[in-house]
Amino acid sequence: MNPNKNHFPEGDAFRRELNGRYRSATIGEVLFLSALLIAVISLTALLYNIVDGAFGYTAYEYKVDPSTITSKPLNELTQPELVEVLKANISKGAYNKLNNEQAMETRSQADLLSLVLERIIRIDTKAVWSLSDSLFHKTEIEAEVAEKYPDAKLEFRTWLTMNFITAPMSSRAEFAGARTAILGSLWLVGIAVLFALPIGVGAAVYLQEYAPKNLFTRIIQTNINNLAGVPSIVYGMLGLALFVRVLEPLTSGSIFGVTDSNGRTVFAAGLTMGVLVLPLIIINAQEAIKAVPDSLRQAAYGVGATRWQTIWHHVLPNSVAGILTGTILSISRAIGETAPLIVVGASTFITVDPDGLFSKFTALPIQIFNWTTRAQPEFHAIAASAIIVLMVLLLSLNATAILLRNRFQRRL
Amino acid sequence: MSTKNFRPFNLKKTIRPGETIIQSLLFVAGVLSIMITITLVYELGKEALLFFNNPDVTLAKFFGTTEWQPGIGKYGIWPLVTSTLITSFIAMLIALPLGLAAALYLSEYASPKVRSILKPILEILAGIPTVVYGFFALLFVTPILQSIMGKDNISVYNMLSAGLVMGIMILPLISSMSEDAFSAVPRPLREGAYAMGATKLETSLQVVLPAALSGIGAAVILGISRAIGETMIVAVAAGSGPNFTLNPFEAAETMTGNIARISGGDLSYGSIDYTSLFAIALMLFLVTLVLNLISQYVVQRFREQYE
Repeated sequence: MNPNKNHFPEGDAFRRELNGRYRSATIGEVLFLSALLIAVISLTALLYNIVDGAFGYTAYEYKVDPSTITSKPLNELTQPELVEVLKANISKGAYNKLNNEQAMETRSQADLLSLVLERIIRIDTKAVWSLSDSLFHKTEIEAEVAEKYPDAKLEFRTWLTMNFITAPMSSRAEFAGARTAILGSLWLVGIAVLFALPIGVGAAVYLQEYAPKNLFTRIIQTNINNLAGVPSIVYGMLGLALFVRVLEPLTSGSIFGVTDSNGRTVFAAGLTMGVLVLPLIIINAQEAIKAVPDSLRQAAYGVGATRWQTIWHHVLPNSVAGILTGTILSISRAIGETAPLIVVGASTFITVDPDGLFSKFTALPIQIFNWTTRAQPEFHAIAASAIIVLMVLLLSLNATAILLRNRFQRRL
Repeated sequence: MSTKNFRPFNLKKTIRPGETIIQSLLFVAGVLSIMITITLVYELGKEALLFFNNPDVTLAKFFGTTEWQPGIGKYGIWPLVTSTLITSFIAMLIALPLGLAAALYLSEYASPKVRSILKPILEILAGIPTVVYGFFALLFVTPILQSIMGKDNISVYNMLSAGLVMGIMILPLISSMSEDAFSAVPRPLREGAYAMGATKLETSLQVVLPAALSGIGAAVILGISRAIGETMIVAVAAGSGPNFTLNPFEAAETMTGNIARISGGDLSYGSIDYTSLFAIALMLFLVTLVLNLISQYVVQRFREQYE
């Protein structure tokens, strides 16, 4: 194959060279395949790392001995008994505060138990092990605990529990939950979609159906493609300058009479996210509209429909599945975005659920970031649990998108 | 039949106010994206200008010194730039060969069945949030690097680990763009090579690869742009605090990492810390914009070649 090599081997030499070429062809194929294998291994390692972190042994001590509070083992206490324990052992103010958040009588036994553990007995985690260590080095772990922390209890802990999903934040990893963060993420995505979907589809319809083919349209199109490539943190800076600072009267709600907030609200962050996903929604919607056959439009024009009637009754209904698929994919991009939220001022510690446009907020990726960067290993364990929650959320979103796409393909 | 009631069709264009209103609304939606870009440039530019107008900040200091602490009067941008370049370079060192090899395998070798299994795996990698990659870098890759090289030789936060993981993150982008480029190479080119007795490897490397070179170039440029703008992996794993070093085993903060850390803290509007972030963001925006434009231009030209 080398054009400079001006020789034509014959006989054995020919066969040798041919075999050599075949050999290198095989080696090449193996090398190419191994690149894909590296990708597969990386993905496996990443997933393994997450699951590995979310389960495992922990060694902990009680700061207050449970036997001083109640004669029964903690797990066997009933719901009213736990309420009594709480009433007797924490200050009246703290009790009333908890009662105001959710009435004691309506709280579940598990919820109350974790309150007792958090407020009264106060778990002190000494060490945390990963799932693989817990499975394969159980005896070493037991020996280590016996030697280093003679008073500690060793327990296999599943960090990702129902309680983790439904509990609010806590400064102690053992009791921290992701509810505030999950709700924050949902608020963000909701605002972003409400903002970006109508505008995005409108822009796509304009570009595909109305826009004349001229320089201006080309500029708009290039601009949208470029916006899709702007680093997300730059969108964060835009959000900080525009939505948090310049539009503060709007995003803090002060023009609506809300007084207790600054511009760093879920509204400002949601709008920032909306701007971030807008180009993606436009590009996806354009593709969906492009896929509608021209014969449909011509048929509509043929019976005297106006342009908008054609779009509203024929083009949009036939591209709605594609548009939705694109929107869902954009949502899954938005739900994992972290950097812009940090910049526009997500709270890292907040125990109150977002209850309106103008409330402070946190989001799942923000919590993952926050917990990952903490030094204590128990926070890494809840970071891993939060990642699992996030990935399940993403997976179900993508599965919906794929289902929609398949359905759509069958129809056309 | 009487013609008294006959009204001829009015062939003049009917004015429909509803249609016009809708069309203008849609036009506004289309133009909004331009407004976003203008606002972006204006806001970044305005604050960045405030930063450079500060009598203390000179271009000589900005480009001529190597310490970045705007809060205490140190305005040398280089430590942030070098760490951004080093992490991006490591990322491309991983992503380019692996991405190209993966793309060659998928487009030239894989049977449809194998392809339908392997391709989604790359798509999953592409869909993982970057903060999760950060977790992976800090709590999986770094400990492995430490156990290979010894804890004294590599710090807990280091550019190598962040760069490696960033490479895995960018791999799907490179491979899917290169695969598009490979599949745009006309079949007759390959068939010509096979007819002359070339093996599959020879065809791939000496016919398909060169023919798709511009598409690969576009992928590389876009990959670099993505690496430069990536925030969460470096914010988690590369360390905080600007550090002027070329040693990838050390911790050093990138441009994006600096923005994330400083803006995450208490920040008062108009302070030098605040405006300095916009100066960095403006640089990021311009660099990635130029890279993206080049990439798009290359892709477009390359498409025309064979069509």
